[in-house]
Amino acid sequence: MSKTCIIGKSPVRLDGLAKVTGAAQYVDDLDFGPGLLHAAVVESTHAHALIKKVHTAAAEKHPGVVHVVTGKDCPHMFGLYMKDRYIFAQDRVRFVGEQIAAVIAETPEAALRAAKLVKVTYVPLPKVLSLGDALKKDATLLHPDLAKYEKPPWFFPRPGTNIAHWRKTRKGDVDKAFKNASFILEDTYTVPRYAHCPIETHAVTGLFDLSGRLTLWASSQSPFAQRNVMANALKPFGLSHKDIRIITPFVGGGFGGKAGVSMEIIGAVLAIVMKGRPVKLHWTREQEFYNTSQRQGVIARIKMGVSKGGRITALEHTLHWDAGASAEYGANVVNAVGLSATGPYRVPNVKIDSVCVYTNMPPCGAYRGFGYSEFHFGLESHITRIAKAIGMDPVKFRKLNAIKEGDTLAYGAEMNPGDMSQCIDRVAKELRWGKKDKPSSRNRAIGKSLCCFWKAPAMPPNASSAAYLKFNEDGSLNLMVSGMELGQGFLTVMAQVASEVLTVPVTKIRVETPDTDRNSYEWQTVGSHVTWSCGNAVRAAAEEVKDKLIATVARAKRLKAADLYLEGECVKSRKKKDVAIPFHEFVIDGIMRPDGRFVGGPIQGTGMFMPEFTSALGDPETSQGGHPNVHYTVGCAGVIVEIDKETGKLQVLNASLAVDAGKVINRDLLNGQIVGGIVQGLATALYEDIRYDSNGRLLNPNFTDYKIPTTLDCPVKLVPMAVETPQPDGPFGARGVGEHTMIAAAPMIADAIEDAVGIRLKTMPLTAEKIALAMRGIEYDDVKGDNLGFCFRGKPCDYPFDVGS
Amino acid sequence: MKKITIQLNGESRRLSVVPNLTLLDALRGQLGIKTPKEGCGRGDCGACTVLLDGKAVRACLILAIETDGQTIVTLEGVSKDGLSGLQKAFLKNNVFQCGFCASGVILAASALLVENPDPSEHEVREALAGNLCRCTGYEPIVRTVLQVAKKTLTKAPVRGKRS
Repeated sequence: MSKTCIIGKSPVRLDGLAKVTGAAQYVDDLDFGPGLLHAAVVESTHAHALIKKVHTAAAEKHPGVVHVVTGKDCPHMFGLYMKDRYIFAQDRVRFVGEQIAAVIAETPEAALRAAKLVKVTYVPLPKVLSLGDALKKDATLLHPDLAKYEKPPWFFPRPGTNIAHWRKTRKGDVDKAFKNASFILEDTYTVPRYAHCPIETHAVTGLFDLSGRLTLWASSQSPFAQRNVMANALKPFGLSHKDIRIITPFVGGGFGGKAGVSMEIIGAVLAIVMKGRPVKLHWTREQEFYNTSQRQGVIARIKMGVSKGGRITALEHTLHWDAGASAEYGANVVNAVGLSATGPYRVPNVKIDSVCVYTNMPPCGAYRGFGYSEFHFGLESHITRIAKAIGMDPVKFRKLNAIKEGDTLAYGAEMNPGDMSQCIDRVAKELRWGKKDKPSSRNRAIGKSLCCFWKAPAMPPNASSAAYLKFNEDGSLNLMVSGMELGQGFLTVMAQVASEVLTVPVTKIRVETPDTDRNSYEWQTVGSHVTWSCGNAVRAAAEEVKDKLIATVARAKRLKAADLYLEGECVKSRKKKDVAIPFHEFVIDGIMRPDGRFVGGPIQGTGMFMPEFTSALGDPETSQGGHPNVHYTVGCAGVIVEIDKETGKLQVLNASLAVDAGKVINRDLLNGQIVGGIVQGLATALYEDIRYDSNGRLLNPNFTDYKIPTTLDCPVKLVPMAVETPQPDGPFGARGVGEHTMIAAAPMIADAIEDAVGIRLKTMPLTAEKIALAMRGIEYDDVKGDNLGFCFRGKPCDYPFDVGS
Repeated sequence: MKKITIQLNGESRRLSVVPNLTLLDALRGQLGIKTPKEGCGRGDCGACTVLLDGKAVRACLILAIETDGQTIVTLEGVSKDGLSGLQKAFLKNNVFQCGFCASGVILAASALLVENPDPSEHEVREALAGNLCRCTGYEPIVRTVLQVAKKTLTKAPVRGKRS
């Protein structure tokens, strides 16, 4: 790899000044004048019921109310992958909080008051609030019309059941391998649901103007995916793609929760109904919890066999996911895990069943980690337990089994470059692995742990990115891309890529958040793939611009293009040292020839990128034959914790993480992803504890009762580290890291608890309460009560995984 | 409706408020002040933090009518005469990610440094414990506040407690 100038440095973020001055605008900050209308949603109070009648007359008469919209106004279905979701409930509701109607009024207060006046007559149906109920024979069906739903070819729903998708991966001969294994461990792990909790809740303002043009200002990670989903779903209103424009100002945190489409499509319909006037819909914190998407809960059984020497020989991994009322996006989480649930290890014999189950709980979707955090909890816990059981150091065990470039993945393709061994060494060194630390008092115990992680972007094989670059008169640049700035620093990284090629400093490059009318296409900003994918598109656009700069000078000055190069915002010649033509002299107005004619014109360039080597068309029974993932990013993380033996309170003294980023494009931003990701991951392990009552109603949709970390809940020391094994098809060798940083958090806490106090917790979260109970010999499952964070109520060891094949 | 007068970012502003209007809604809805953000509407997240007579308060928990005659500073007021030392440091260190919490964090931190120019790390963490941030893991925020305090002290030593 040649030497780089700005790649690898940490220039000030392009959006930094806007954010520290408060100039950065989010959807709710935009003004639409006195004509703006406000909407409030009428929500289901039942988890599962038929809707007999929606009584809107009282609401319609309320002062200030302009209109009431119900399911009758838009019977259309939508979904990012599988179209199984209604904009407003039709004949039935499927979760507590589902939108049934919306009241549009002159003020938010009037809308809210009138929404309470809408009465709904229900006929209750049996609630499906446990995985057992959902999967039993003759189960009440949430989607009797499952067979009719549109879906991508790599989803395998089972009509007549509550199974939305079943991903099977088969490699080698598992039964034979288990017979020959020298040690086998089998156990069950559960991970409840989690909420994203961006500090900005979802908001959308829509305007369907009198010419029939629909513009939406949305807080979104996916403006183009949204436009596409909406154009398809709202076709009956006479809209095509060109009639829909989505503008996404800054987003106040996404974490996957603002990917795909959720409440934005309601905003679109309200705008269409109120032609000529803008309508705003802004979720409350409560709604943000239950009516966007959550992270799916999962119960997983792992059976792993190892050889005498400690090599993993077989893995059977069965996962049942609580997808909620809709699986339009969540089924792809299940799919991603079904392909990758071996973790970053060489496993010759594999049987994975990842099953997506409809339940009468709020719908789930993408969440930073996309299923990998969930399955790593069980898998990495299991790995440590096996290593200890066969008397091998867990670090040595992981290094022995670590996947390497060229190894065969569970679905048959080859592993990409990545150095997990080096990541393990870096973390082990930082944690002083093998050395016992002394606790700060006799009442406390110290524990250490180290876990590995991997993740691939989960996306359709043709997910693509595009970029458009144009020069201004002074040699500054505008770069138009549609990856979303979620805080990760995407705009800055794209400017660095263009800067590296064109020698224009990043301070002279403007990159703004997307507008589907003006900016180039981007599939979605998810899956930690935009640095890689959009980075490639930007690089291609910059190369095109570079070629035009050189060609213009070559033509005007009658020089050989091959002798010309860019340096310090000039075109220079290797042959003639006096040739140094600054960009600003010609990028718009061209270069004057001796006869007074001009050569050139406004210089601009475009680039695109699609991973043409991928395919999702593997064999449905084995997943062999396709190439569904573009590449994996691997890494390792570990902690030193101290536990109060009396109260169970756990403090993280050191959290260290090393990720193989391929090439670090911006060190500050990488550290930001690592540190922020570790804390978000630790929160799922230690604090966040979502609870539903036995009617499927969410009990803690607020920050008082659902605890996300504050400044006082962080590790004493956080150590971000990077390894750089170049990704051959990445921009300057880079690959994504955004989600990976939270994946190992939960198992490393579980392992550290065991190391400290000898307790193995297999049900997340790993709260002080659970630790304290376990230390008193009390099984959490015996005292957990009815209000749980997950669609599973019994004892994990009794869960019937056998639901056919 | 009651008429009140507040000193907002150095200017006297008169407005008519209903008794149940929060300061946050008055600022955002009536006065066009958009840097205090609504993240929860119940005092949990701190995104709506403003300075009321120099103290960091949550604008969603205060009624506009209570602020009659008082002085309010929002991030607009801090930014209009150039960047403060805190803002400069937050910018240089690439601290904020999505930026939604930034206004609240900057104001809470500046109130802290006025009251306690030489805070310990724990004091910084306590002062900012009411400002939720989902992106950064807080480490760069705390580090930067301590860095600014140290730099300010070196420039102009302030007598007072050291902890």
